[in-house]
Amino acid sequence: MSDHQHDHAHAHAHDHGDHAHPPHGEDAHAPVDDLDSYDPESLLMEQALRELLIEQGVFTAEDIQRQIDLTESRTPALGAQVVARAWVDPAFRAALLADARPALESAFGLDLANTPELTVLENTADLHHVVCCTLCSCYPRNILGIPPAWYKSREYRSRVVIEPRAVLREFGTELPAGREITVVDSTADMRYLVIPLRPAGTEGWDEERLAALVTRDSMVGVAQALAP
Amino acid sequence: MSALPALVSGMPVVVRTGEPLTHCRTPHYLRGKRGVVVRPLGRYPDPEALAYHKPGLPPRVLYQVEFEAAEVWGERLCEPSYRITADLFEHWLEPDAAGHRRSPA
Repeated sequence: MSDHQHDHAHAHAHDHGDHAHPPHGEDAHAPVDDLDSYDPESLLMEQALRELLIEQGVFTAEDIQRQIDLTESRTPALGAQVVARAWVDPAFRAALLADARPALESAFGLDLANTPELTVLENTADLHHVVCCTLCSCYPRNILGIPPAWYKSREYRSRVVIEPRAVLREFGTELPAGREITVVDSTADMRYLVIPLRPAGTEGWDEERLAALVTRDSMVGVAQALAP
Repeated sequence: MSALPALVSGMPVVVRTGEPLTHCRTPHYLRGKRGVVVRPLGRYPDPEALAYHKPGLPPRVLYQVEFEAAEVWGERLCEPSYRITADLFEHWLEPDAAGHRRSPA
């Protein structure tokens, strides 16, 4: 780890020997969730800034830890419960589509007050939504947690708005002929969560069983819910 | 500022052009393109001011706007027949007198 960091401390001279590195974040296949792949100068800068803000009393180390714990408590499992509820409960579904945050707060006991606005979009037999953020990495973290690395990659962000069907096929998603596609670019304050189409053959299933079919990718719209 | 958003669902709009060197949330690929309003999304402090530690007040109306992909990229550069929506602030939109009202998808 320390050797690795030491090697990369020289990387930003732009030329360090026998191979060229793309600028950080441009290699779509890089494991960007791996701490080793972050620029050590940025890590140092983050640490210095954090310590300064704590020292100046802007927030405490405990505040940071509480926020990390809160973020990590939100996982796609929560989104799957939301989708399963929307599939079985028409009144909840209608409330969710009309105004998502209050509907989620009352049905799931969540406190979403200090999180971004959220809109829920429903996939149907006629129309499929797929969500992206071409400008950066906006994502419904308050329901799905931390976005996957591919969502933040330049490759996904630039290609999904030009060739959505090709991108979906690479995720193994082949939509029936005639199903329309809307690519939803979340460029500002609104976040978007997709309710995938309920799979055929799940009539009479309870919420827990249904939730197991709802993947993270199906709530971003790059996949459909799993077949039963 | 009026109490109600100036643009309503189905209204044809054109995205302003312009190349500010400062922070903004209007993607380059949509500048100058014609679309229709899906719906107003509420009012938010202007991110173009927030980025420079200014309050960004009064808040500005944000709209979800829908575009035909062929209008955005040209038919030869993208897959056929799909739509793109993006969320754009009121000061980047103007009514498109030449456009036709249509219901968003």
